[in-house]
Amino acid sequence: MGAGRLYAAVATGGFRRYATYRAATAAGVFTNTVFGLILVYTYRALWDEKPHLGGYDQAQAVTYVWLGQAFLSTLAIGGGGVEDELMERIRTGDVAIDLYRPADLQLWWLAADLGRAFFQLLGRGLVPFVFGALCFPVYLPADAGTWVAFLAAVVLAMLVGFGIRYLVALSAFWLLDGAGVAQMAWLLGFFCSGMLLPLNVFPGALGDVVRVLPWSSLLQAPADILLGHADPLPTYLFQAAWAVALLGAGRLVQSAATRRVVVQGG
Amino acid sequence: MAESHAPRQAPRQVPGPARRLAEGVRAYRLIAGMWVRSTMAYRASFAMTTFGNFAATFLDFVAIMLMFSRVDALGGYPLPEVAFLYGLSATSFGLADLVIGSMDRLGRRVRDGTLDTLLVRPAPVLAQVAADRFALRRLGRVTQGALVLGWSLTRVDIDWTADRLLLMPVMVVSGCGIFCAVFVAGAAFQFVAQDASEVQNAFTYGGTTLLQYPPTVFAKELVRGVTFVLPLAFVNWLPATYVLGRPYPLGLPEWTAFTPPLVAVACGALAGLAWRAGLRSYRSTGS
Repeated sequence: MGAGRLYAAVATGGFRRYATYRAATAAGVFTNTVFGLILVYTYRALWDEKPHLGGYDQAQAVTYVWLGQAFLSTLAIGGGGVEDELMERIRTGDVAIDLYRPADLQLWWLAADLGRAFFQLLGRGLVPFVFGALCFPVYLPADAGTWVAFLAAVVLAMLVGFGIRYLVALSAFWLLDGAGVAQMAWLLGFFCSGMLLPLNVFPGALGDVVRVLPWSSLLQAPADILLGHADPLPTYLFQAAWAVALLGAGRLVQSAATRRVVVQGG
Repeated sequence: MAESHAPRQAPRQVPGPARRLAEGVRAYRLIAGMWVRSTMAYRASFAMTTFGNFAATFLDFVAIMLMFSRVDALGGYPLPEVAFLYGLSATSFGLADLVIGSMDRLGRRVRDGTLDTLLVRPAPVLAQVAADRFALRRLGRVTQGALVLGWSLTRVDIDWTADRLLLMPVMVVSGCGIFCAVFVAGAAFQFVAQDASEVQNAFTYGGTTLLQYPPTVFAKELVRGVTFVLPLAFVNWLPATYVLGRPYPLGLPEWTAFTPPLVAVACGALAGLAWRAGLRSYRSTGS
């Protein structure tokens, strides 16, 4: 089990690396809380106007807001995951060093990103969520089973989130400067994950389309399990299918990219 | 040569405030111009990032339109009136972001020691930091805000008296001034905070997001806070509710709608003091 220990060490390293910057984490917590406050009031006005919009009651909508703020940095929906660093390494050619390490490129970065995600969940996500739960009437399930089911969906969301961002990062092998692609992916992710508005509030056909896209695995899927809005099993299947598809695609693109990689400079 | 002429030179005078301002504006113009020329070296990239900037802010508005696909009013305000608030907030903020939005990089400069380079140059530090990496692509955000504002003006029912008409440009310019003051105060805070530069986003990006929605949506304490403590309400809430002929939730007298220029000047002065205090407290990392 040498390989398992290696990736566990990489993940731990990712966790500790982000845990080092305490002031930055505190600043992030503050900013997430302020944005959460603004969103909560707009959602409450929306649900005042139309109770049970999208099947949520007001307390559930408020819970959704704080979940979104908790997941924003955890799932790097607004950017800020390991993909920035990987893209920079591809651009500068440092990725060649990663490639001759006795480790798999994708698993290495996946482990690093999971470490980062778990830290962000605890360090940046938990406090705004607790603040929201204390200051506003929220919907929280009473049974431990729902919370466990929710956490499993969060882990699957981390895999899907990485799957998307890894593909974005690999585009740098062809484009060198991946900033444009990253920005587009970030925009699309922000909109289609339900960060701006829960996907079940999206009207008509648009709502149906965004529900089947991979981004709905990120925020909407775990939120629906916590809010008792979806059964865990079909949700897991949906998330796992996207995780396998995206990570598989990442592997194909990776093998194509590494076959054509030419390290500049020698 | 220089030494031999030195006794004949008049003693060096400390430039007056007007002179310093002129120097600052000139330095700002030169540095910003340099960054614009550098941006224009990659025109395709400029076009794409400007479009990205436009699209990113446009999605904000799409979210509001999606909300209005399900309801007819938010906090008692119909879509054109929310768009009016949104357009004013986004335009004012977009202009401030264009002019000095790069100031949020100050924390990084303090951390890696590159601020020292700016300190030894013969130009006001504030002007140098404000013009640093001047990003013309931020016109995307301004354009988006202006388009939404223009659209809302064709839809809202406003009784256009002379004072309301006059208030429109005054509002945009003062709003830009208030946001600029927030950026400068945020940069001053970064001398102390360094790593915690993200706090600033809560007041800049958070502020413009808050102002995009009607004041009736928010709790009274929050509205009081952004009226009397951090006077963001003077960017659009107070003057815009007057233009729309709607009551402001705090029941302030009508003349307060005309105070944004004063508020902007006062905020600018306070932010300037904070900046000076921040710059004085600066200790180089030595690297």
